Amino acid sequence: MSHRVRVNPIACEAHGMCAELLPERITLDEWGYPIVDEQPLPPALVDHARRAAQACPTFALLVEREDKRR
Amino acid sequence: MSAAQSTAAQNAQDPLDADVPALPRLLADIPEEGPMSLREHLELRGELPRFERRRREEGPLIATIERAGLTGRGGAGFPTAAKMRAVAHARGRAIVVVNIAEGEPASMKDRTLAQALPHVVLDGAELAAEAVGADEVIVCVCESASASVGGVAAALEERAARSRSRPRAQLVTVPATYVAGQESALVNFLDGGPAFPTFAPPRPFEAGVRRRPTLVSNAETLAHLALIARHGSAWFRELGTPSEPGSALVTLSGPVTRPGVYEIECGASLRSLIEAAGGTTARIRGALIGGYAGTWIAGELVGGIALSREHLAPHGATLGAGVVLLLSEHACPVAETARAARWLAEESSRQCGPCVHGLDAIASTIEQIAVGETGQRRVLADLGSVASLVRRRGACGHPDGAVGFVLSAVEAFASDFTDHARHGRCDACLPPGELPLPEHVRVYRAGEREDLGVRRLARPRR
Repeated sequence: MSHRVRVNPIACEAHGMCAELLPERITLDEWGYPIVDEQPLPPALVDHARRAAQACPTFALLVEREDKRR
Repeated sequence: MSAAQSTAAQNAQDPLDADVPALPRLLADIPEEGPMSLREHLELRGELPRFERRRREEGPLIATIERAGLTGRGGAGFPTAAKMRAVAHARGRAIVVVNIAEGEPASMKDRTLAQALPHVVLDGAELAAEAVGADEVIVCVCESASASVGGVAAALEERAARSRSRPRAQLVTVPATYVAGQESALVNFLDGGPAFPTFAPPRPFEAGVRRRPTLVSNAETLAHLALIARHGSAWFRELGTPSEPGSALVTLSGPVTRPGVYEIECGASLRSLIEAAGGTTARIRGALIGGYAGTWIAGELVGGIALSREHLAPHGATLGAGVVLLLSEHACPVAETARAARWLAEESSRQCGPCVHGLDAIASTIEQIAVGETGQRRVLADLGSVASLVRRRGACGHPDGAVGFVLSAVEAFASDFTDHARHGRCDACLPPGELPLPEHVRVYRAGEREDLGVRRLARPRR
């Protein structure tokens, strides 16, 4: 059961918190929007990913369980 | 649109090839004016067959559609039976949405069906509703296509007057924007929101209109479905190729004698389509396959193109919603791309950052190339990096489609782009341009409008 991060691009307003809190998976493009690496997260990063998701002011960052993906 | 109608009618009486008596199918006996009445429709096609369906099971029609190999004709080409099955097995009473939004400016096939042959589309909707267990049909028609709105409205009235326990059906007009026809945008609009795409999941088949499982299906797809229900899957496969069976509607525009909507055998050559339209009236610079989310193919390759997935794949193209647009030698591919790129940027629903900023940046870059404001090499590098920042980063396919369109133009018309980057505008650059786009589209950004009046005088006559 692995996890991935994913961004809801409609909800995202480029606050950039996620890139601060999860630089291992998220960088920002030239306009400030997150570029997300959707590779499965190593277990050590899952909690960091959850914290980043909770910190997002628009709840645009999602931590999804692998088996829930289409 | 009347041009599309009359040529569609012509095409109906005069099949592409005398050796293929099976065409036309959908466009058979298409009326010259106004919609075909229910009486005429039933005389031509016969009564609607009944497919008994037990509660909580998918209807037997779905297996027939699967054997026929019907795929969606709205652009994505997804297998229709798989989509129906997903809706049939989802929890809750289903809804069928008929998609006649047709936001693609170069496509007229769906509005042509709606205005001339609405009953075959509504037959399909009714049969699909029965098969997926839906008690409601919502027909979404582009608000600017008044003849199509009228055709569907009249047809729904005729059917209501004759009704036997049909699903409830209603007509809804939808905004005439490029993204309104996207499935989730239609669902969002029908639920009282703007006609903008939404983030998935949920997808419409699991939670669509009023959170109910919703089959959103293109008008042409449903029309084919209605014919398959009457004649069977083997009949459908008598035309086309094993992997792409049947016939398809194509909107052909550009410098041909009779532009309009044609019904082709899937896999037919582009040359045969052009011949059916009376041949070209100018030398062809290129062909846009699949519309403004599609792919340009350079003129010298056009003669060898077959309109099938296998033949188009090496060119990076698909037929999309059945759009073939030819560009004449009188048009400037760079100016046309600039105009279309700006329009595509403006059609963004402005929900996703990468789409808003990326498509604007791409349009600006093409505009700079068009007027020779910058060096070719740097600009192409910029274009590539912006494209990679846009792709797969929107909630819908609009940014990806727009990027593919622009990059394919740069590739197909490479020498024109180089010339413009070095020397600026050419004589053919001048507006209004050849590509069909809504009127309001700005040609270039600020400062370009003043001299248009003067320059237009020098424009070559078409």
